[in-house]
Amino acid sequence: MDFAPYLLLASLEGLVQAAVLSLTALGLCLVFGVMRVVNVAHGEFYMLGAVLAWSITQIIPGHPALGFLAALVLAPLVVGIIAYCSDKLILKNLNYHPEATIVATIGMLYILQQSTLLMFGADARAVEPPFYFRVEFPWFGYSGYKLAVIVVAAVVLALSWLVLSKTRIGLMMRATQHDSEMAQAFGIPVAQVYAYVFAVGAMFAALAAVLIVPIRQAHYLMGQDPLLMSFIVVIIGGLGSIRGACLAALIIGMSDGIISMFFSPTLAKMASTTLVALVLVFKPQGLFGRREL
Amino acid sequence: MKLINSGKSGKSGNSGKSVILHVLVIILLFILQFILPEYHHLIVTRVMILAIFAMGFNVLFGYTGLLSLGHALFFATGLYAAGLTVYHFEWHVVQAFVFAIFVGAAVSAVVGFISLHTTNGARTGGVAFMIVTLMFAQLLYLATIYFAPWTRGDEGLILPASARSFDFAGMHFNLINPTTRYFLAWGLLALSIMVVLKLVTSATGKALIAIRENPARTDMLGYNIFALKLYAVIISGTLSATAGAAYALLFSYIGSSFAGIQYSIDALLFTLLGGAGTVLGPLLGSFVMFYVIDIASDYTSAYHIVTGIILIVSVLFFRKGILGTIRDKWISWLP
Repeated sequence: MDFAPYLLLASLEGLVQAAVLSLTALGLCLVFGVMRVVNVAHGEFYMLGAVLAWSITQIIPGHPALGFLAALVLAPLVVGIIAYCSDKLILKNLNYHPEATIVATIGMLYILQQSTLLMFGADARAVEPPFYFRVEFPWFGYSGYKLAVIVVAAVVLALSWLVLSKTRIGLMMRATQHDSEMAQAFGIPVAQVYAYVFAVGAMFAALAAVLIVPIRQAHYLMGQDPLLMSFIVVIIGGLGSIRGACLAALIIGMSDGIISMFFSPTLAKMASTTLVALVLVFKPQGLFGRREL
Repeated sequence: MKLINSGKSGKSGNSGKSVILHVLVIILLFILQFILPEYHHLIVTRVMILAIFAMGFNVLFGYTGLLSLGHALFFATGLYAAGLTVYHFEWHVVQAFVFAIFVGAAVSAVVGFISLHTTNGARTGGVAFMIVTLMFAQLLYLATIYFAPWTRGDEGLILPASARSFDFAGMHFNLINPTTRYFLAWGLLALSIMVVLKLVTSATGKALIAIRENPARTDMLGYNIFALKLYAVIISGTLSATAGAAYALLFSYIGSSFAGIQYSIDALLFTLLGGAGTVLGPLLGSFVMFYVIDIASDYTSAYHIVTGIILIVSVLFFRKGILGTIRDKWISWLP
């Protein structure tokens, strides 16, 4: 294959990666932005989404698309409920103290990951894609499902931006982010907002995982990679800035896809890891963040 | 709400008592080797080395109040500096060990200098420090995989037979002999306990505790906060690298997993459980956790669920850890 088609293929792979990454990172970004909580268990919510998607498609008979659609709704819902409960039971009782919540979410990481190992075993589980369709380029055929993932992610991102900026719910979240005490004084139920934001953040990760699971398999250790990548994206985008996170996801996802294909995946990860450490040190508000945190 | 609570400051007459206590613990560990059956003999050797790592972590977390999520970086630096020189250049064991300690000090100085910049002023300084250290650790982990021709990545390297014994100061040390290994690990641990005890009871140690309790006030009193924090990172990183080097040389194996996030979390776990901000806390925590995991792994392959439960329970209800609680209730002079 010539260089140009090869680059196109790498860019498409990068776009799929960026799509899923931006959804996952959006969840992490929301939780950090509104609650100031660094959620180390975020990758495990992603993993839970994938594993639940597998088990839901196993239960539902008939065409694979039926099971997949059910998983698309149910898996994030279940993950959201788990996250809601863990906020109420653990994080709330720590008063969202930054270091204590980090230790607690590390604990949650282990509990979620190891319970999944206990219940579902250590095997990687494949999920059938809802449809098979190849888009034929002049040089190569490409999975239509992967292109669909990009479209769905873009739609979800647009919708969540609308909710955040145009609705009352979004206003309450932004008010809580801006000044939680003042928001409380104006009658916003801050504790409820926190619990729901934590749940919604986890649901974004789960949704991203359901979308990716027909491409990659579900496995109890799959959470670490998206966690680190989302960290990288959220930091480069400017902690708590949603637009920054989406932009950073695009850049990191694309460059990861391209460097992985032309050089090596490990080198791609090393590049983004170095970038993030340097951004945090020299430009702590992130590349696209506007204000000092 | 503080993650770490200090005891009341001990009166000067108590420093004698605390030295006696620590010497007693060291003697107890020495006697232990004659009582223990073979299996536990090996475990205690490992635990003593890991305890040095956790004690290094504790200097930074427990005393200075800086939470690093990437301490495996320093442990693995020592591990690889010692292991690779022995494996590829056939260095003498002692030479490799000393070299690893210096590399550890240099790496902690550089990493500390860069990552401490995040703690200046910004409201999220603590969070940024955790993430930067995590990222640096991840970088080393990825590097050990990327440079697989040298390190053999995940699979790791088994050190050659020539590194299993060495002559030093007119004595012959055979590292296959469990008693020799136990003795060396014990000696290193005893030295580390004394170093940390000396540090935290010194004026510098008090200044570190002051930074943990109230950085703004310490700054106003005229202390150079940045220099003190950097000093703490260097001591902490060098101790951890020493532990890593000892681990590589005593057990003749190096691999990527030692640079992984699991080891960073282990140091945190041992310290929290035993009691952050106490000299012996990490040692006690290492012992308890190692045996808890050992027992749990007999019942289930998902034994790390215990790690999760202990982390959450200790941060929710048991902030001070075992020795921190004992200090609060009974022995207020515990350093």
